[in-house]
Amino acid sequence: MSGNRTIKVTGTVLLAIAVMALVGPWISPNDYVATDLDLILKPPSANGMHWFGTDGLGRDLFVRTMHGIRVTMLVAVVASLVSLVIGVAYGAIAGFVGGRVDAVMMRLVDTLYALPFIFFVILLMVAFERNFLLIFVAIGAINWLDMARIVRGQTLSLREREFVEAARLTGVSTARIVFRHIAPNLMGIVIVYVTLTIPQAILVESFLSFLGLGVQEPQTSLGALVDAGVNQMERAAFALLIPASLLAVILMCFNFLGDGLRDYFDARHSQ
Amino acid sequence: MLRYTLLRILGAIPTLLLVIALAFLMVHAAPGGPFDDERALSPEIEANIAAAYHLDEPLPKQFLRYMGGLLRGDLGPSYRYLDYTVSELIAIGFPYSMRIGAAAMALALLIGVGAGTVAALRQGALLDRIVMGFSMIGISIPVFVVAPVLVLLLAVKLHWLPAGWTETGDLRRYLLPVITLALPQIAYIARLTRASMIDVLSRDFIRTAYAQGLGTATVVRVHALKPAMLPVLSYMGPAIAAVLTGSVVVEEIFGIPGLGQYFIGGALNRDYTLVLGIVVFYATLIIALNLLVDILYGVIDPRVRYR
Repeated sequence: MSGNRTIKVTGTVLLAIAVMALVGPWISPNDYVATDLDLILKPPSANGMHWFGTDGLGRDLFVRTMHGIRVTMLVAVVASLVSLVIGVAYGAIAGFVGGRVDAVMMRLVDTLYALPFIFFVILLMVAFERNFLLIFVAIGAINWLDMARIVRGQTLSLREREFVEAARLTGVSTARIVFRHIAPNLMGIVIVYVTLTIPQAILVESFLSFLGLGVQEPQTSLGALVDAGVNQMERAAFALLIPASLLAVILMCFNFLGDGLRDYFDARHSQ
Repeated sequence: MLRYTLLRILGAIPTLLLVIALAFLMVHAAPGGPFDDERALSPEIEANIAAAYHLDEPLPKQFLRYMGGLLRGDLGPSYRYLDYTVSELIAIGFPYSMRIGAAAMALALLIGVGAGTVAALRQGALLDRIVMGFSMIGISIPVFVVAPVLVLLLAVKLHWLPAGWTETGDLRRYLLPVITLALPQIAYIARLTRASMIDVLSRDFIRTAYAQGLGTATVVRVHALKPAMLPVLSYMGPAIAAVLTGSVVVEEIFGIPGLGQYFIGGALNRDYTLVLGIVVFYATLIIALNLLVDILYGVIDPRVRYR
């Protein structure tokens, strides 16, 4: 698939899923917390509008899945924004200031790379009550390292370019150079890496929810739905396969989209 | 080489200290003590428990005590498994995790490097696209999705393999966990190998080797493989961390009594010393293995020693 087509196809699929997650619960007559003990683990059917079947408590899985997608996407986007802010600020400062500051800052990043972060997140979840905000921040705090590295590298090369030199010669302040002249040129690469950070954040969130350390009932996320599906898979394979395949499709689309965008921006740069 | 090795070892020590201090602080910053239950204890008993576990001492003193214990390989007592120390629990659980992890790593290297090399040699052809397509899928789909789907398919529906863990010597019980754990690593390693192999194959010395009349197999095996393996080698650090993380999920799904199970159990039971001990153990392991990779890198590529 050529770069442009990849972007279009994966972008469309993601948009469709997002729209479905937003509109779906509104179309369906069912509620995501209402239990119905007469309808336990019913396979998908148009009967009663349970398009994805029902779970072990007779709750409608279509609405729950849509709800789970919303939660997963929300966590991923917020976490990515956290990592974006930390990573870009850190990388831009290290790259622009350079010298010893840069060496120390990047050494710290190298050190942090060696840490088994997911274990720290779990530690965090154990130590503090499992609140939602903390999940966002914790996931964002893991994922900024790549962004910092990429932004620093880019800033290093931008710093030496003629237009920055020209700005400096005409007396533009350092802060203004960073924000007005360097930052806009980082946009492309930052967009690519945000797109690639989102699936990582989704992975961490679903991993935690899968282990029972993430979102709490009756709230749900794709990871929590997969976990619930695993427990029922011998009786109701659909309860596992539907959320699992949606999760896989979302992750795959983000990865392909990121790759496609990278090719797109690379091609534009080399021209 | 000796200088390089020593420098690397010295460089790893602050990282390790940082990790231990961070983990220790996090656990001790937790609101509520490990012995807070629904059942209220009398203040005397609480004081006695705190004294028995040295929780009444100031934090710096507790940290020094913990570090002193670490040097002797003592991670303290478990708060929940009353008859065991954390070190004993790790000694029970780790062998399972290690066997699965090591086997998955070996499998990933073997298949990943093989597939990546083949894809590089057939760059742009159908085979290359198939390998790359599959590897993107492998990277995207998380272990906790692959594992249950494989169990559902191969064990529950087709009855080819055992679904859970059996306490018999049946080696087939390792098959599904190892494959599940290896899949994403196979995908990453295949992509890395392909990219670096394509780069190496375009170099002058490869052209020279071909010009000498060597066959493709010989050129790849003798000349291209070693330089092409360098990026794969530097990926080993993150790969080891990923396998340890994935192992937590795989153990949970397949019911393997490994270290990951103790970790999750400890996390859910608020067994602080156990969770802290496992984090410290894993961090040490990852840092030590990273160190080993760094040193190996220096052996294979002499250029990095003089930077």
